[in-house]
Amino acid sequence: MELLDHLILGFSVALTLENLAYCLLGCLLGTLIGVLPGIGPVPTIAMLLPITYVLPPVAGLIMLAGIYYGAAYGGSTTAILVALPGETSAVVTVLDGHQMAKNGRAGAALAIAALGSFFAGCVSTIMIAGFAPPLAEVAFKFGPAEYFSLMVLGLIGAVVLASGSLPKAICMILLGLLLGMIGTDVNSGVARYDFGIPELQDGIDFAVVAMGVFGFSEIMTNLELRDQRVAVDSKVGTLYPNKQEFKEAWPAVVRGTGIGCALGILPGGGAVLSSFASYTLEKKMSKNPERFGKGHPAGLAGPESANNAGSQASFIPLLTLGIPGNAVTALMIGAMTIHNIQPGPQVMTSHPELFWGLIVSMWIGNLMLVILNLPLIGLWVKLLTVPYRILFPAILVFCTIGVYSLNYNVFDIWVTAAFGLVGYIWAKLKCEGAPLLLGLVLGPMMEENFRRALLLARGDYTTFVTRPLSLTLLVMAAILVTLVALPSIKAKREEAFVDEG
Amino acid sequence: MQLRNKQDFWSGVMFVALGVGFALRATKYSMGTAARMGPGYFPFWLGVCLALLGAVVALGALKEKAHETEVERFDFKILLIVIGSVVLTGVLMNYLGVYISVFLLVFLSSLASHEFSWKVAAATGIFLVLFVWLAFIRGLGLIFPLWPSFL
Repeated sequence: MELLDHLILGFSVALTLENLAYCLLGCLLGTLIGVLPGIGPVPTIAMLLPITYVLPPVAGLIMLAGIYYGAAYGGSTTAILVALPGETSAVVTVLDGHQMAKNGRAGAALAIAALGSFFAGCVSTIMIAGFAPPLAEVAFKFGPAEYFSLMVLGLIGAVVLASGSLPKAICMILLGLLLGMIGTDVNSGVARYDFGIPELQDGIDFAVVAMGVFGFSEIMTNLELRDQRVAVDSKVGTLYPNKQEFKEAWPAVVRGTGIGCALGILPGGGAVLSSFASYTLEKKMSKNPERFGKGHPAGLAGPESANNAGSQASFIPLLTLGIPGNAVTALMIGAMTIHNIQPGPQVMTSHPELFWGLIVSMWIGNLMLVILNLPLIGLWVKLLTVPYRILFPAILVFCTIGVYSLNYNVFDIWVTAAFGLVGYIWAKLKCEGAPLLLGLVLGPMMEENFRRALLLARGDYTTFVTRPLSLTLLVMAAILVTLVALPSIKAKREEAFVDEG
Repeated sequence: MQLRNKQDFWSGVMFVALGVGFALRATKYSMGTAARMGPGYFPFWLGVCLALLGAVVALGALKEKAHETEVERFDFKILLIVIGSVVLTGVLMNYLGVYISVFLLVFLSSLASHEFSWKVAAATGIFLVLFVWLAFIRGLGLIFPLWPSFL
């Protein structure tokens, strides 16, 4: 059993005391910050990213992954208790989760969310372990032309499935790709767009952009809203769902997990799409759909499991192809490159301990979250009451210190401030930051493959369409764009995103 | 012709400007040929694509059936305080050291909140300085200029 050997290798890596400790630390920190209202997982990860740079690669990535689930978990806690979703995928959690809390079943809601997520985590971890190796086999057949086309598909898919205005989102991708061009060109050694500033020759760190565009601008938008005072009902109640709730929740958990696993592999699919799809399905299947939105356990259990399965499954394209599907996985790619690990199919063979260690630690992380967080719920509730006027200066401090520690250079602080400024403008213009981040991370890789493909084809552009695999990928991308542009679907899609807002 | 979707229009204008800017700058680097690309080739065409698509976005905003949107008012006070205090921290870090800079960052940025109270701001500042010392300096062992350089 090859799979078994792999998993044993994974456990041997993930169960070392050091890695367990970092996994735990990541989960705790992630939850801690994720619980705080108004901070989504992307700024959380961006903020904590510099800490993981000082660790060895395996430990660093394990901790990052821990931060990710922690943040997601913390986000659903906030969504259930105070109806403040930190990210789009938690919007659905609010619908029935918060209603349950209002009905006095807050504890049960939290437990259902946690157990559902854990179940989804177990299944999707097994799926990653099973699916990743064959997918990586396929990826090994890819030449530069296929890689380029795959990235086009990945980027298009990410915005088609997860963003508002399509042309604007594509513009943000292009801008991200251009920002990725800043710095020394690896082929010629020419410094591009450096404007004579030596610090820019190393390029712009994606953590700097993420903190500026997501962290700083979010702070300013939140401040404008004049924080709605968070009213927490500190009575969480019993953590045990009753028989009726349990009976209604578990089929939804299973279905949600299935949806999440299937949709999570798609670029951009991940958490958001899965949770929406699952909610719709549960409502359609239910014998009494009128109970949805009034605290139906299935309306919470389904989406929560789906978004956890989805966000884990989005690690499949990340680990096998090196293609990020959303902003979070883009940050993971960036972190891998910092640790000198080129993401892609070769990771599995060149760093098997990292690959399988990370997968197993995902499962352990999920387990830790269930074991730790349910008893700690009282603490998280207290955190919810921290007023924003104390919170936001703290975020600013963490970002500033974190950015400075990247290179021990104050220049990075200024660049972050600059991105905070443009991020604020973009927020006003409703231009999304996530596509920009994807472009920024993929920019150098995309150029490299584009150049190589054309070098091999002696400058013949048809290489992208004459190679069958590459053509297939490009056609898929084209189909996605046309589908979205069709009037009937366009209207539906806009409707869906309006619901989200 | 009427400017209906203001958000999209100004986004489009921004994309065109940035695209043109990047493309123009790229012409200063060697372009090479498709088979042997120079450093300017890829960014040049990216810039051109961005400018073209930006134009599509901007023109789409002028269509009669475009959604009507307004650009929300900018809150310049918050913007200035938040970004300003971060920039200032960058300036002061090497002269005043991390402790004083962090305290100033917290205190000054707190002014952006509509419920500012100097007592709370100062207390938060002291707490965060302690936290930075404990977590980043002692815990992670990051190397910062700690105290003012002139002392």
